[in-house]
Amino acid sequence: MRTVSDLKILESGTIKGFTDHQLSLKLMEMGCIPGTEVVLELVAPLGDPLAIRVAGYHLSLRKEEAASIIIEG
Amino acid sequence: MANKTGNKVALIGNPNSGKTTLFNLLTGLNQKTGNFPGVTVDKKSGQTRLPDGENIEVIDLPGTYSVYPKTMDEQIVQNVLLDKAHPQHPDKVIVVADAANLKRNLLLFSQIRDLGLPAILVLNMIDIAKKRKLEIDLRSLGIDLGVKVISTNSHSGEGLNELKEALTKPLLSSKRPFCEVKEFAPEVVEQVKTEFALESDYQAFQYAQQADHLSFLNEADQARIEGIKKEIGFDAITTQSSETLARYEKLSGIIDRNVKTPASAAHTPSQKIDKIVTHKVLGYLIFFGILLFIFQSVFAWAEGAMDLIENSIAAATEWVRGAMPEGVLNDLVTDGIMAGLAGVLVFIPQIAILFAFISLLEESGYMSRAVFLMDRLMRGVGLNGKSVVPLISGLACAIPAIMATRTIDSWKDRMITIFVTPFMSCSARLPVYTILIGLVVPEEQVLGIFNLQGLVLMALYLLGFVAAILSALALKFILKTKQRGYFVMELPGYKLPQWKNVLLTIYDKCRTFTVEAGKVIIAISIVLWVLASYGFGDDFNNAEENVKAQMETGYSQESYDIALNSYKLEHSMAGSFGKFIEPAIKPLGYDWKIGIALITSFAAREVFVGTMSTIYSIGAEDDDEVTIRERLRQERNPETGGPMYTQAVGFSLMVFYAFAMQCMSTLAIVYRETKGWRWPLIQMTYMTVVAYVSAFVTFQIFS
Repeated sequence: MRTVSDLKILESGTIKGFTDHQLSLKLMEMGCIPGTEVVLELVAPLGDPLAIRVAGYHLSLRKEEAASIIIEG
Repeated sequence: MANKTGNKVALIGNPNSGKTTLFNLLTGLNQKTGNFPGVTVDKKSGQTRLPDGENIEVIDLPGTYSVYPKTMDEQIVQNVLLDKAHPQHPDKVIVVADAANLKRNLLLFSQIRDLGLPAILVLNMIDIAKKRKLEIDLRSLGIDLGVKVISTNSHSGEGLNELKEALTKPLLSSKRPFCEVKEFAPEVVEQVKTEFALESDYQAFQYAQQADHLSFLNEADQARIEGIKKEIGFDAITTQSSETLARYEKLSGIIDRNVKTPASAAHTPSQKIDKIVTHKVLGYLIFFGILLFIFQSVFAWAEGAMDLIENSIAAATEWVRGAMPEGVLNDLVTDGIMAGLAGVLVFIPQIAILFAFISLLEESGYMSRAVFLMDRLMRGVGLNGKSVVPLISGLACAIPAIMATRTIDSWKDRMITIFVTPFMSCSARLPVYTILIGLVVPEEQVLGIFNLQGLVLMALYLLGFVAAILSALALKFILKTKQRGYFVMELPGYKLPQWKNVLLTIYDKCRTFTVEAGKVIIAISIVLWVLASYGFGDDFNNAEENVKAQMETGYSQESYDIALNSYKLEHSMAGSFGKFIEPAIKPLGYDWKIGIALITSFAAREVFVGTMSTIYSIGAEDDDEVTIRERLRQERNPETGGPMYTQAVGFSLMVFYAFAMQCMSTLAIVYRETKGWRWPLIQMTYMTVVAYVSAFVTFQIFS
């Protein structure tokens, strides 16, 4: 099961689902809808947090939060 | 007279949609920051005049992505919108959306519409959309969404008049819901709707989703709703999920039809800047460079202004003293009230400078990158990425630093930051440190290059820093909160700061501080002044005679005055307190004279210097550090016969001042920011205990 935290820089994936249902509500409100493409843009120097681009927005989220977003493949 | 337009308008929208800029454009200086009762969130409201001459109230609600609250602060949005009886419940809602990023911004709009609130949709930052070559069919969009759509550019003010014009007319509220939430929980929605006599399905749906958090529902109602949910069966998470997905699906269709996006999405300049700003090495260098600059500026630039303020008020005080007839009232006004006023106004330059910087960082978009860099580090010690600015600013002064914690969304992280910031050695501690170090630390070199005195000073700063971190860690485990912490944060595009916003922020913060913290500071000043100027008993009442009797023959008026002040202080209530607490502070190596200084410097740490001068009968002209130091060096300990201010006593005092909360202004600002006395009192107790224990240990170790 691949998640957003497994992406490499500039690699993209399509959101399939979520492992954390409560967190998923917040992520969806921020634009992370299943079927949308997400690209990993930046990683902070200590490996955490990550910055992703999704649906035209740039979001930053902690590694554990990124790990709750399942992507295709 | 019937009011056809209703006079309360709420501004709602995503963070970074330019909503606040729009608010500032509408209200200008006619805005104020007040309180929502029971919540720490500020209520920003203002007035604007419409083309038809009517004045309406505009309320700027906290930026949010959806009606479902993420934090305690966002809860207020829900309460205001759902509770018709809430004093801020709006008659109309302006939903502000970022024109270049419509899909997510419209989620909130669709929810507002379904709540049955008359709304108007503002597509803001239309200039950026144009730059990105987006073509938006406003009219068609409005038809699909069932709302009037106006495009604005909050930087230039374009579209503002159209908006105001639209507000003079009644707004539609569509009867047909955007999203048929009834599909997801038909029976629960129907039953709640009927029982609570609600107008829209979505209102009932929200009642079901959030019953426990809706403060306007009493317990019986909340229980009833829970009962209905249990009876019929209602899964909050699944239904909310389905609702959000359904809304997005419909919104996607509408946006695809009405917004033409160019084929290529080039690397925006923001992305290029980000590569540098979040770089492993360069990123941190830039960040700390900026912090250092801010810190130095607050320190250096404020000084001139602070001196000006102090001197002006001192001059004014003297004038008043001469102008008023002598007596208690004169003293109260000059030494009590005006001195207190000086103590309040003197902070304004620092607050103004710090918030100018913070505002610039936020407006430009850099702040979120700084948080991005620092989050992991800060989290390790129980803080938040956004805690960095307050902590570093605390090295200059804790007052603006604590005000700056407003930007931290998580309540727990914010509380912890407020709690530990005063441990960072602020500039007021410097006069105390300087005198004591000069007194007990020899001017030696260590290892040939390091100045011993300098090292001790650094050690004191380090002590404060370590105390802050340890306290944060402890609080991380002690403070329990039901709220789940999310970090998910948007990284907005970089933009040029709007000077108007910066200036308004400075004005707002200064005014809030002066009015709210000012009241407390002046009150405490007056109390302390009374304690230090008045006493009971014959000794105090016959002060003049007693002092005269003790003076040597041929004394000057000046030396008499100095001796009189010293005597009066010793026998005042503060003096009596000092003697009273002497047994308690003896284990720390202090006597009653130091005791008096500890009490008076509760007002502000620098008062220590002034009080010591008075106690040791040093005149105003000689009131410099060298003279005080020499005088203290001569002081003898009545019990040992040796010097009073030994190394042990010196270090013990330094440690005490490093930790004790001796700043009524800090107390006042914490009261204001946490909207209550509980936290400031807990904080004061905690810091006093830490100071006492540490000073005790220090004294015992070194003696």
